[in-house]
Amino acid sequence: MKLYCLSGHPTLPCNVLKFKSTTIMLDCGLDTTSVLNFLPLPLVHSPRLSKLPGWVSKDGTINLEKELKECAGRVFVDAQPEFCLPERELLDLSTIDVILISNYHCMMALPYITEHTGFTGTVYATEPTLQIGRLLMEELVNFMERVPKAQSATSWKNKEIRRMLPGPLKDAVDVWMWKRCYSMQEVNSALSKVQLVGYSQKVELFGAVQVSPLSSGYSLGSSNWIIQSHHEKVSYVSGSSLLTTHPQPMDQSSLKNSDVLILTGLTQMPTANPDGMLGEFCSNLAMTIRAGGNVLVPCYSSGVIYDLLECLYQFIESANLGTTPFYFISPIANSSLEFSQIFAEWLCHNKQTKVYLPEPPFPHAELIQTNKLKHYPSIHGDFSSEFRQPCVVFTGHPSLRFGDVVHFMELWGKSSLNTIIFTEPDFSYLDALAPYQPLAMKCVYCPIDTRLNFHQVSKLLKEVQPLHVVCPEQYTQPPLTQSHRSDLMLELQPPPMPYRRCSVLNLPFRRRYERIYILPELANSLVPSEIKPGVSVATVSALLHSKDNKHTLQSVPKPPPMPPSKKRKRVIEEPPVALAPKPMLSGAVALEAFLATLQKHGITEVKVEETADGHILHLQAEDTLIQLEEDGTHIVCDSEPLRTTLRDLVLRFLQKL
Amino acid sequence: MPEIKVTPLGAGQDVGRSCILVSIGGKNIMLDCGMHMGYNDDRRFPDFSYITQNGRLTDFLDCVIISHFHLDHCGALPYMSEMVGYDGPIYMTHPTKAICPILLEDFRKITVDKKGETNFFTSQMIKDCMKKVIPLNLHQTVQVDDELEIKAYYAGHVLGAAMVHIKVGSESVVYTGDYNMTPDRHLGAAWIDKCRPDILISESTYATTIRDSKRCRERDFLKKVHESIERGGKVLIPVFALGRAQELCILLETFWERMNLKAPIYFSTGLTEKANHYYKLFITWTNQKIRKTFVQRNMFEFKHIKAFDRSYADNPGPMVVFATPGMLHAGQSLQIFKKWAGNEKNMVIMPGYCVQGTIGHKILNGQRKLEMEGRATLDVKLQVEYMSFSAHADAKGIMQLIRMAEPRNMLLVHGEAVKMEFLKGKIEQEFSIDCYMPANGETTTVTTNPSVPVDISLNLLKREMALGGPLPDPKKPRTMHGTLIMKENSLKLVSSEQALKELGLNEHQLRFTCHVQLQDPHSDADTLHRIYTHLKSVLKGYTIQHLPDGTVIVESIVIKVSSSAEDSNTKVLLLSWSYQDEDLGSFLSSLLKKGLPSGIC
Repeated sequence: MKLYCLSGHPTLPCNVLKFKSTTIMLDCGLDTTSVLNFLPLPLVHSPRLSKLPGWVSKDGTINLEKELKECAGRVFVDAQPEFCLPERELLDLSTIDVILISNYHCMMALPYITEHTGFTGTVYATEPTLQIGRLLMEELVNFMERVPKAQSATSWKNKEIRRMLPGPLKDAVDVWMWKRCYSMQEVNSALSKVQLVGYSQKVELFGAVQVSPLSSGYSLGSSNWIIQSHHEKVSYVSGSSLLTTHPQPMDQSSLKNSDVLILTGLTQMPTANPDGMLGEFCSNLAMTIRAGGNVLVPCYSSGVIYDLLECLYQFIESANLGTTPFYFISPIANSSLEFSQIFAEWLCHNKQTKVYLPEPPFPHAELIQTNKLKHYPSIHGDFSSEFRQPCVVFTGHPSLRFGDVVHFMELWGKSSLNTIIFTEPDFSYLDALAPYQPLAMKCVYCPIDTRLNFHQVSKLLKEVQPLHVVCPEQYTQPPLTQSHRSDLMLELQPPPMPYRRCSVLNLPFRRRYERIYILPELANSLVPSEIKPGVSVATVSALLHSKDNKHTLQSVPKPPPMPPSKKRKRVIEEPPVALAPKPMLSGAVALEAFLATLQKHGITEVKVEETADGHILHLQAEDTLIQLEEDGTHIVCDSEPLRTTLRDLVLRFLQKL
Repeated sequence: MPEIKVTPLGAGQDVGRSCILVSIGGKNIMLDCGMHMGYNDDRRFPDFSYITQNGRLTDFLDCVIISHFHLDHCGALPYMSEMVGYDGPIYMTHPTKAICPILLEDFRKITVDKKGETNFFTSQMIKDCMKKVIPLNLHQTVQVDDELEIKAYYAGHVLGAAMVHIKVGSESVVYTGDYNMTPDRHLGAAWIDKCRPDILISESTYATTIRDSKRCRERDFLKKVHESIERGGKVLIPVFALGRAQELCILLETFWERMNLKAPIYFSTGLTEKANHYYKLFITWTNQKIRKTFVQRNMFEFKHIKAFDRSYADNPGPMVVFATPGMLHAGQSLQIFKKWAGNEKNMVIMPGYCVQGTIGHKILNGQRKLEMEGRATLDVKLQVEYMSFSAHADAKGIMQLIRMAEPRNMLLVHGEAVKMEFLKGKIEQEFSIDCYMPANGETTTVTTNPSVPVDISLNLLKREMALGGPLPDPKKPRTMHGTLIMKENSLKLVSSEQALKELGLNEHQLRFTCHVQLQDPHSDADTLHRIYTHLKSVLKGYTIQHLPDGTVIVESIVIKVSSSAEDSNTKVLLLSWSYQDEDLGSFLSSLLKKGLPSGIC
């Protein structure tokens, strides 16, 4: 059993597991941090961005002013942003049988894997994961296509040139693998390969392996996966949370008794407490509004935003923000808010109870109804006429490189009254802000990452006790910036097996048993004999059928009766056809009992001689020797009828296996 | 032989108070717990004393599963759990869990408040009963205990309706509840995978009907409503608050919009608004089209359909009223019916099945004079129309489900005996499987023949697979030999050698040696060589070796030659073999006793 690691990003994993005869891809996360190296895509022409100076090497020999622009000491690529894809050379992607998706953030690379690679398999995901994942992909495509950039930049990728570049761009890895965003057509085609599954549903793959998603508590429909056969179990843990937010709580007990547990998607902010961050978020928001400024919250259009809105719903009145407009701007804002209300089965108990009343599970329905929260597909259209300040705007993309957020950065960046509050943990906020420098607006960083922290995960592992743990190498050492914090890493016995991008791990597995079915007819014909108290054995000779990785045993059909042979003589000369080999024997032949048995069969003249290892019996009338020893019996006899009689007598004393 | 037993306490050769007991693999399961609309006495509820004469049912049932929220499937639940007594798990889907208590409360109010019955379950009992409910998701495998697992499938019929697959070990039963094999305007079609249950328990409401296409029925319905409205008549459509009502509302709403009609459409009872809310929140349970477009346009937000007030019934002019309940046995629909029955311009459209004993059933059977309470009679002059909109599978649909699930046996419930008989014949003929139709209290026993799951040592399996060559040929099965070890609850199949090792047993070698005298005037070495040549020609396909140390070895049988002390032409052959080669050893000794043919050199 092998694990191929196609992504080095611990929270956006992409691994391939070869297990029995199946090839299973676990998640296909898209590393979007690469877009930080690109210039933002403004929705409205931005004089500032267009006036940025081009980059020319210090000695003036290399001029890339068309491709690269400088801003506040950093260099940015002026082209459509590109993403860092999972490794595509490590193994043939067309051999992948199935892809298991754990949550909507971990499926964004799907079109790159399923399209144009010869992939013919099936993708498994829960319904919320599919629906919200589709929305997020749609949004991404929309962000890119709304601001088309004809120019593509490749000269800077040249190794020689890159050596001379400053800062993060110089150290960017695998730049030749970076790709532009997919099209909506590719998204639709990729998602048409998705088959929906429910929590704890058991899906059979080729009769060899069973996979089953478990609630992971991180987002709507998010799951961990169990991949198992009758005797082996692999658990795949991706983004999971033990906090009480909106999704169904994490199913921990089903992870028990794993041979291997693949652990990914821990919190990216191990030192930031989500509750504390939420408090800070609210107080900064209120402070800015009271001072007459605007608040910008760059965020994903699904996920934590539901919790933020719920928190604000309780906070608005007490903080006297009843008249402040809240805007949610995204091409998928409406859909995201609507979809969140229809997945009762996937929500925490409290929210489910509301649906039974029947009331919408999320209070943002009420915020919309009372006009406190308004949503728009973009800054164009209705929004521009209805827009009032000071206000709070939730909009994407959290990288600040594309989407409506770019416009608000340009609009509000120059005033120190305004505040930008970062809540998403995926991007370094300093890097995100780099192309907007110098900036007057206040920046507040309250990343909310509800995924498991090291303390929670070590407790979890203690409970579920996997034999082996596999995890990204980042989890086996403290973070670079806090090298003294040995509590911010995994310490396990035996130590976890670390992986990095392009690793191929041999998982420590010893498969010893396989499930086989004995058909009723054969089962009834078996003759068990007890050899120890509570332990019986039966010898089995049967026909083995193997089909679709399922094995069955059935009785050997009786050979058809021999046709009466014309040449009787030849029949004797036919060598025996071994139908069933003789069983192995065990036990010992007790002297006294054996002598008694012999006597019963008319063999009375027996001379017994003691030897080092046992006895020799001399059957004087028959001129036959029987050597009885602890672990063997030897019959020396020239008469065939007598020999078979003696054989059967000896066999009575032995167990057959 | 293991057996599965099925006993209907209700819905055996009948429609109403569905309640079926299943015993499978030592587990007892109650499927549905409904009430009968046609009775007001003891026969209203299933006879739980069949399970036990004294007291609570908890010890006798492993779980209760409710297929959907219709009262003939869940109406007796609070009575069973709170008044008879059951504290075990009750399973139902989320929409059923949401809607079921509301219908129960409604039922309770009509029975207790309006009819003044006592000794009935209370509101508190409904609440306590619902606390025992564990929600089920579609396709989720729920482990009731270590051995019993259940899985729900989409059944159409009404919001949240489910079929359920019950499995213990390798035995299984599927119970369909009520289902619908054709998608309608708001729900999808039932679906199940090829799960090959030992018994498929199916409803058979429309066992003999093969209905025309849905489109035709819809056109007919709209035409009748439209004609009635045109001539200024009032149309009463008795429905249950959830289910058909929503489908017909969608139908009328789109028709009104298209035809630009002005006549008002009303929906009675406060339940409606709420009911539509349930549809909005459980939109994932509706059909694909509604699910796909719900963000742009929610089909359950009606523009033309307004809430009904009792006083509207006397308003002049045409109108359409949806009123509950659906079988005209009580409540608002009955009140309106009484008001409108005398006018031949008016019309009542019965869109669903009516249980025997209800007014709905009577007027559908052509009765024109009805005896009401207090000896009054009611002349029925309005037009009575029946449109089969209730979402049950028809004969074609039932056959289709059998083809999907491939059951080994079939069992029919929830239908009329005569109709069942007909369908039973058809099923037995077409699928060559046994079909049962037990009456209430009658037990059907089906013996199952499960195969025995065993763990086989991978070494043994691989060894056997390798013998068959790299590509297994299904026509050439391979024989395998091994030892089955039965210890506690585990069954392991291993090679004999491994069995010895695992059980800590010593091997006992049984050997045989025999002497054969042979007349052969050659040197010992030549005789041995002649034996070798002879055996080579007789034993095809065996390994035969002539070793330089003066032995011939056939498989593991050793043959040696020495000359007799008295006569050098008499050779003494010594054969020695182990018990494992008994057949061959015995064969060789008798073969050699016959001497060597003269022809060999």
